[in-house]
Amino acid sequence: MRLMRSWVRARVEPFFLEVGRFFVLLWRVVAWTPRPPYDFRQLTNQMVRIGVDSIPVVLLTALFTGGVMALQTFATLKRFNAEGYVGSLVAISMVRELAPVLSALILAGRCGSAMGAELGTMRVTEQIDALEVLATDPVHYLMVPRVWASTLMLPALVVLSNGVGIAGGYAVSVGLFGANPVTYMANTFQFMDWDDVTSGLIKSAVFGLLIAVVGCQKGFFTTGGAEGVGRSTTRAVVLASITILVSDFFLTKLLY
Amino acid sequence: MAAARPVQIRLRGVVKSFGEKRVLAGLDLDVHEGESLVVIGGSGTGKSVLLKHMIGLLAPDAGTVEVDGVQLSELDYRAITTFRRRFGMAFQEGALFDSMTVWENVAFPLRRAGWPRDRIAARVAECLELVHLDGAERKLPAQLSGGMRRRVGFARAIALEPRILLFDEPTTGLDPVIKAVIDGVIIDLRRSLGSTTVTISHDMKSTFRIADRVGMLHEGKIIAIGTPDEIRSCPDGRVQQFIEGRAEGPLSD
Ligand SMILES: Nc1ncnc2c1ncn2[C@@H]1O[C@H](COP(=O)(O)OP(=O)(O)OP(=O)(O)O)[C@@H](O)[C@H]1O
Ligand SMILES: [Mg+2]
Repeated sequence: MRLMRSWVRARVEPFFLEVGRFFVLLWRVVAWTPRPPYDFRQLTNQMVRIGVDSIPVVLLTALFTGGVMALQTFATLKRFNAEGYVGSLVAISMVRELAPVLSALILAGRCGSAMGAELGTMRVTEQIDALEVLATDPVHYLMVPRVWASTLMLPALVVLSNGVGIAGGYAVSVGLFGANPVTYMANTFQFMDWDDVTSGLIKSAVFGLLIAVVGCQKGFFTTGGAEGVGRSTTRAVVLASITILVSDFFLTKLLY
Repeated sequence: MAAARPVQIRLRGVVKSFGEKRVLAGLDLDVHEGESLVVIGGSGTGKSVLLKHMIGLLAPDAGTVEVDGVQLSELDYRAITTFRRRFGMAFQEGALFDSMTVWENVAFPLRRAGWPRDRIAARVAECLELVHLDGAERKLPAQLSGGMRRRVGFARAIALEPRILLFDEPTTGLDPVIKAVIDGVIIDLRRSLGSTTVTISHDMKSTFRIADRVGMLHEGKIIAIGTPDEIRSCPDGRVQQFIEGRAEGPLSD
């Protein structure tokens, strides 16, 4: 009994504390968004850092994922004489699942960690206190542009990933296995409809939001100097990745 | 004289602990409108913690903090953001935004207050000149010495000419000439704007130069408060040991 109570103290309470903070911060981001002063420079800065700067690594991942998908499925489907369906399989898997989740995981590593480190450093060097003293709410000034940039840019990255991933599958099927280019392309779009694309984009917007809120939350609640910043950075990535994978399950269930 | 003025910051029974460590132990303090109060006390006695309570960066475990008749604990996060426009605060370590240049740091409060460009430029130049830092506009905080950073933080705090100014050791680590300059700026701010200033200092010379009243913080309470003359002649052995800077005495036990 006592063991259980101490377990509740150590594990369960902090968990609900974190979840509570998450929703409080999310609510404040929403509440501050329409309020002046608007800082468009901050927003465009973040959009460049989160979106534009992530393009190479996200596209490289998509290209090889599409390629590997084709490699794997071609050999398997050939056993059923169904290699004509490789195009559909690659396209639908990319658009619905792989592009959103893999891009989100990469963004968590690239940008969620950066947010944790940056805001964490600002916390331990009293820069966040200084913002408050200068009549500026840190959620308004720091979080609002990051959350919006991330929520908008991840779907944009996923659109590019979709195209590049399908191109990767095409390159492997046509170039390596000698599939007919025209029938492959026709087959790619044969079974895919807009719902597949939009469900992937909705997912990725949610992932983008999660990455930014979790990263900023870890940064805001940093304590304990350089070591604390390191801890926040790691936790930002781990926690964002876990929430992405878990919420992916429920979103997929919801959106089908 | 100072006692006749209305109270601007009123602390009553303020208690603050970090873990097991009790830093403020039921502290009472009144800061009057337009006065210059200097808080002295040993290192680690909680002077910075006290200052952060006055502006609501830290909330007391027990007791109340009232500014202009408003209890800070009753303001929500949006109300306190607006409420803080009447404050300026210079942090002990400067707390400069390290991604911004010196110029941008000082311009930050002006930009947030929606000033037009030309007025911002003029005011930033004026503030940097006051702290003898004209010429450092384009430098980043990482390129500055500790004393320079502190002065930029000071310039940023006074840029909007707020009515309440909190300075956390503004002159520690500066050379005697710059010290006198900063002390002069603090005195001027009070004279020309009538601002209330609360300054933390370890330096007895500048304390007696700028203070209308001096309060000493010890073991979580204000143990003595009064005009510089009253403090100099205070019978409390702890106060005497501190202002004379002796190694032996009641503080050392
Ligand atoms: N955020 C915090 N978390 C935990 N302990 C803290 C925190 N802030 C201050 N303390 C503790 O409170 C005590 C008082 O700290 P404070 O910074 O107010 O001292 P000080 O009087 O300003 O000292 P100094 O003259 O050296 O600046 C210290 O023992 C410090 O360890
Ligand atoms: Mg201090």
